[in-house]
Amino acid sequence: MVKQCAVTKKTVKDGKEIIVCDETRSKLLPVLQGIQQKKGYISDKDMQETADRFGIHPVEVYSVVTFYAFLTSGPKARHTIRISNCMPNIMAGSGKIQKEFEKALKIKKGRPGKYKNIVLEETGCIGMCDQAPAALIDGELVGNITPKDVKDIVRRLSKKPLTRRDYA
Amino acid sequence: MADNKAFARETSRAPVSQRRQETGEIKKDAIGGDITVNIDGIAVKVAMGTTILEAARMVNIKIPTLCQHDDLCLAGVCRICVVEVDNERTLQASCSYPIFGPINIRTYSPRIRRARRNIIQLLLRNHYGECYSCARNNNCELQVLAKEYGVTSYKFGHIKAPRYDKDQSSYAVERDMNKCILCRRCVRTCIDLQEVGALEAVHRGAGTKISTYMDMPLNDVVCINCGQCINRCPTGALKAKDPAEGIWKAIEDAKKHVIIQTAPSPRAAIGEEFGLKPGTSVTKKLNTAIKRIGFDKVFDTNFTADLTIMEEGTELLLRLKKAIAGKDKSVRLPQITSCSPGWVKFIEHFYPGRLGHLSTAKSPQQMFGAIAKTWYAERNNIDPADIVSVSLMPCSAKKFECQRPEMNSSGYKDVDYALTTRELAGMIKECGIDLPNLPLSDFDDPLGTGSGAGLVFGATGGVMEAAIRTAYELVTGREAPFENLRVMPVRGVEGIRKAQIIIKDTLEQWKFLEGVTLKVMVAHGTANAKKVMDMLCEGQLDDYHFIEVMACPGGCIGGGGQPIPTGPDIRGARIKAIYAEDESLVLRKSHENPVVKQIYEQYFKEGPCGHLSHKLLHTGYTARGKWINVKKTKRGPGSGS
Ligand code: SF4
Ligand code: SF4
Ligand code: SF4
Ligand code: FES
Repeated sequence: MVKQCAVTKKTVKDGKEIIVCDETRSKLLPVLQGIQQKKGYISDKDMQETADRFGIHPVEVYSVVTFYAFLTSGPKARHTIRISNCMPNIMAGSGKIQKEFEKALKIKKGRPGKYKNIVLEETGCIGMCDQAPAALIDGELVGNITPKDVKDIVRRLSKKPLTRRDYA
Repeated sequence: MADNKAFARETSRAPVSQRRQETGEIKKDAIGGDITVNIDGIAVKVAMGTTILEAARMVNIKIPTLCQHDDLCLAGVCRICVVEVDNERTLQASCSYPIFGPINIRTYSPRIRRARRNIIQLLLRNHYGECYSCARNNNCELQVLAKEYGVTSYKFGHIKAPRYDKDQSSYAVERDMNKCILCRRCVRTCIDLQEVGALEAVHRGAGTKISTYMDMPLNDVVCINCGQCINRCPTGALKAKDPAEGIWKAIEDAKKHVIIQTAPSPRAAIGEEFGLKPGTSVTKKLNTAIKRIGFDKVFDTNFTADLTIMEEGTELLLRLKKAIAGKDKSVRLPQITSCSPGWVKFIEHFYPGRLGHLSTAKSPQQMFGAIAKTWYAERNNIDPADIVSVSLMPCSAKKFECQRPEMNSSGYKDVDYALTTRELAGMIKECGIDLPNLPLSDFDDPLGTGSGAGLVFGATGGVMEAAIRTAYELVTGREAPFENLRVMPVRGVEGIRKAQIIIKDTLEQWKFLEGVTLKVMVAHGTANAKKVMDMLCEGQLDDYHFIEVMACPGGCIGGGGQPIPTGPDIRGARIKAIYAEDESLVLRKSHENPVVKQIYEQYFKEGPCGHLSHKLLHTGYTARGKWINVKKTKRGPGSGS
């Protein structure tokens, strides 16, 4: 579990509370990851409240959330497919796999495809270079994807909640 | 001029390693305290930790910079300042390379030139905009570099269509991110210098852009319109909203009576736009230029600055009376100045519970507007509907202030257009008028009479100085005890300054102030104002009486509408010019201004803070809070990442 930022509230003379945060900014990321894990995304309210807790500005939190691919600032589809686009993956043909996915999901030029509950994204290296082309599907690592697997994955994702065995 | 390095250092929340390196005096006896380095064959002795850039500047070697700015902490993101350091494999960014040993540095070589040219070419690759139609044409750091480094073609191509929509939502600041080179000077200005936090770099890699919280229009976030980001942007990505077109129309319209009030700061800076040295005051030439452009009357905001002192000073004395003589606990002290519209919006956003501390007096600009369309109109038999009231201001936040819905106590919009120094310079140039070589002319009557006290409003500490000159004399009947009326304790460039003055031998009606130590404070730049407000919230300022806050570093002379560039030395020169002009005047105290006396005799007959003056010269504030209401706009949360 993510350790939460300890916030001290000081009461000042006219009875109001001012918030003094004694956490350093380096704890910002763990806190954001915690929220992401719990809710699936970091809402507007969460961002502004987090900013308050750390004594920084909401736009700074927004900046961090948009920078990291695994943090999202709005609700997304139920399933996320993240295709690794590091060099070994590209060489192993991740581009082709991506095209296959786009075809299977009927995505055209960045517009959402037929399956509203599945989004397709790219990610930097996920440490699966030995099993390239690889992808991260709802947090699960999947390696050695062949064009044949793609349809299968999409079909299963579109049907039911995931279990590990789905892509084993 | 002692520059204000301390300013940037103290306000910056950047990690120590990224802050501006301090050079300072070399201590002769310190072991290893100084180092001799070799730059392009020239030996330079520098203190340990000096950056290569600073060392080069000491011997007048120019290294190009883009992301570096003397007011801001280090970023080291643009790499245009690269140099060769012996025994380093790669080129080094000189702005962020602290010297810790005797090194050999080369600031130009074919390798360096090629690297710099490539960097510029890469910036131009994504730079969408035409110099002809750009506000920064001829004053753009990117344009200058492109010329200096011999860019004759787009080596890496050139973007053909804009990538981003312009954000023109704000009354004061327009953003065109197609011209942005991602130097992040605006980000550091807004967060570190001003503590507002309206701008940040969002997204990543090629998708990086400078944006607001949730990509909201600037008008809907906490931006205080201070324009400090504009002054520090190297390109035309940020500019102030230019009202010149409407003013030209009014000047052309024979029915309209177009008047302009000129604030103290532009006259000490507008010369820079015409190639004069910073700190050259051109007050009377400017009057001539304004008349030649076609304005019907040119007036002086110093007049209403004097009036502000009367109103705000009286308000303070009344609060003190209630608190000290009446023992009234509900009186809000210290009283805080309200003439800086950027600061007013700042406190409305970030300390809405403390609005009671603000003086209710309007800013000089708005007082002027109200008087122009009432007293002035009546005396001269002009229908106020035909008056077009323009203000020449050093400030972009004034554009927002004059649009505030409550600013219509004259029955009309009190000030129609707030024009900045830069924009008026543009109008003068458009008429082919050569400002530096014009004959002199005076302000028009009656609103053109201002005192030196009104003039020093332009510099940080000026309102306090003017208030002390007047209040001390009103209360004791004697002139304030400072040599040549220089209230030195409140002058200076430190971010927060404190002073106190003991009041003795008061006149009969001010007996309750006998022996009281009046404690005052001055802050400039809203990052410093924030510190003051935090002290106030913690109850540390309970024994203080009066605080001056200016939103911009240096006060109004460093305002967001002033000529670009800005820096500690330029601001220092402008401040000097203002103090020098003050000492050249005979009239140096607000309460001695004959027109101020006249207006209280003829018009505001109940005196300062009376009924009519309350209606025309005072205002109220809006508790805005800092919560950003995202639902208000169509562009809701994006899909993230
Ligand atoms: S920002 Fe500079 S380079 Fe770009 S169009 Fe404007 S003047 Fe030209
Ligand atoms: S005008 Fe001031 S508050 Fe607004 S974005 Fe620029 S620096 Fe920030
Ligand atoms: S808007 Fe201007 S100051 Fe801000 S990052 Fe872009 S170029 Fe730099
Ligand atoms: S000026 Fe040195 S990296 Fe930008």
